[in-house]
Amino acid sequence: MKILRIGLLRGNLEIKQFLRQRESVVFTLAFPVILLFIFGSVFKNTIAPGVTFSQYFVAGMVASGLVNTGFQQLAISIPISRDFGTLKRLRGTPMSPISYFIGKAIVVTAAMLFQVALLLGFGALLFGLQLPTSGLLWLRFTWLILLGSACSTVLGIAFSAIPKSGRGASAIVSPIVIILQFFSGVFFVFSDLPKWMQSFAAIFPLKWLTQGMRSVFLPESFATREAGHSWEIGRIALILIIWLIVGTVLSIRTFKWSEE
Amino acid sequence: MTSQRAAISITGLRKSYAGKEVVAGIDLEVKPGEIFAILGPNGAGKTTTVEILEGYRSRDAGDVLVLGEDPANPASGDRTWRDRIGIVLQSVNDAGDLTVAETVHHFAHYYTRAKNPDMVIDLVGLTDKSNSKIATLSGGQRRRLDVALGIIGSPEILFLDEPTTGFDPEARRAFWELIRSLRDEGTTILLTTHYLDEAEALADRVAVINKGKVIEIATPELLGGRAQASATISWSETGVLTSKVTKNPTKFLLELASRMDGEIPDLTVTRPSLEEIYLRMIGEL
Repeated sequence: MKILRIGLLRGNLEIKQFLRQRESVVFTLAFPVILLFIFGSVFKNTIAPGVTFSQYFVAGMVASGLVNTGFQQLAISIPISRDFGTLKRLRGTPMSPISYFIGKAIVVTAAMLFQVALLLGFGALLFGLQLPTSGLLWLRFTWLILLGSACSTVLGIAFSAIPKSGRGASAIVSPIVIILQFFSGVFFVFSDLPKWMQSFAAIFPLKWLTQGMRSVFLPESFATREAGHSWEIGRIALILIIWLIVGTVLSIRTFKWSEE
Repeated sequence: MTSQRAAISITGLRKSYAGKEVVAGIDLEVKPGEIFAILGPNGAGKTTTVEILEGYRSRDAGDVLVLGEDPANPASGDRTWRDRIGIVLQSVNDAGDLTVAETVHHFAHYYTRAKNPDMVIDLVGLTDKSNSKIATLSGGQRRRLDVALGIIGSPEILFLDEPTTGFDPEARRAFWELIRSLRDEGTTILLTTHYLDEAEALADRVAVINKGKVIEIATPELLGGRAQASATISWSETGVLTSKVTKNPTKFLLELASRMDGEIPDLTVTRPSLEEIYLRMIGEL
């Protein structure tokens, strides 16, 4: 299948490009780890029996790592490629757009896996993060990662149609991501946030992803401290799937190869 | 030539943006294997026309065939059609973290009849830069890389949009040689330019476009009635520089020679340059 083969080749090329851009490596991969160090070192308080804030925070950072490497990275890098004319040139070749998206999905997945491994490693070593012990939890972790990254990728591609220029992209995308992180219970305990913030965050996938990650990394007893007094696993899956569908449809319909 | 199907044919092409007609009824035909130049001032509709041919833009009216297919919706499928064309855009400015060789080798995978990537790199004169990152290339070298990516798929038609902007004279001549060699291999080339010397040096035929319309299509020698245009003869007679504009310069020269004794001092015979003809055509002179 030529489309798939070219997609894999593009993935390989995209990974090369990604690794050669030092700033992107530092910002997308190392930044969450740095944040983990800062928050983990400052907030050592216990938020529930047997649960420290740094454990809570790592779960949130794993979730927002998916948003950083997927949504944020794509929503910024695609408008830049559009500015450079790279996308227009690709559009002029017999390469299928699907191969382009496959390539993007590959580089995003590689970056995500790397980042998740870094966060889990540092979290477990330094901040008492307990890795899941049951197969069921690992299974849940796997589908959360897969669904979350797919969601993040398609929403990043869809959002790339909004910034008018590559230079403006970062200014639009980064604040959105940071605000969502604050609202979704990454930097604060979600159930402590004002109600309106909670309701607002509940529209978007990050809140559900962080909740899902907490269900993997925090003790079962913590479920009662959640806003819905349970992990709401079924609802998490449903909301992520809805966003995945919305993102896929939007990316296909609104993707712009050039700014006319 | 007439028995061969046109490589490109355009009839009654129109395109407006926000109520302003940028292409106002263009008809032209490009024969297989020729270098066809579209000349025109900025905003004449050159790029819009070419981008319609390349399948980047939609049109409001008219018929367009490129290699016998409608670029907006090729009957054989968009990718099959694109496999047969090559495009060198006006400004591609990749982030440049890949090397020349990596990029050209990668693009070769897109095409079914790809040329040998190392040969193409050699052809555009970038062998020395093969392992350099694109970011380190000069403007002219980048442009040559653009051409390498445009021709890697052995295109039957190559679109070149103002290819030598920013080249030094030596690089331009080398580039022209490259384009001629592609033509000699049978590639049809559609070139837009605002350099008259480029059109004159390269093109088999030239279309002058202004305000969205074709003013004339001719060989560079015949454009704007250049061959029949009046010549200006100037010379010195009794120490005074004199000149005469005539439609029959040979006849006048013979008379002049018989009138003057021996060499005619300061003699020049000039016809309008392509530039003068062109400026007159687009109403700037």
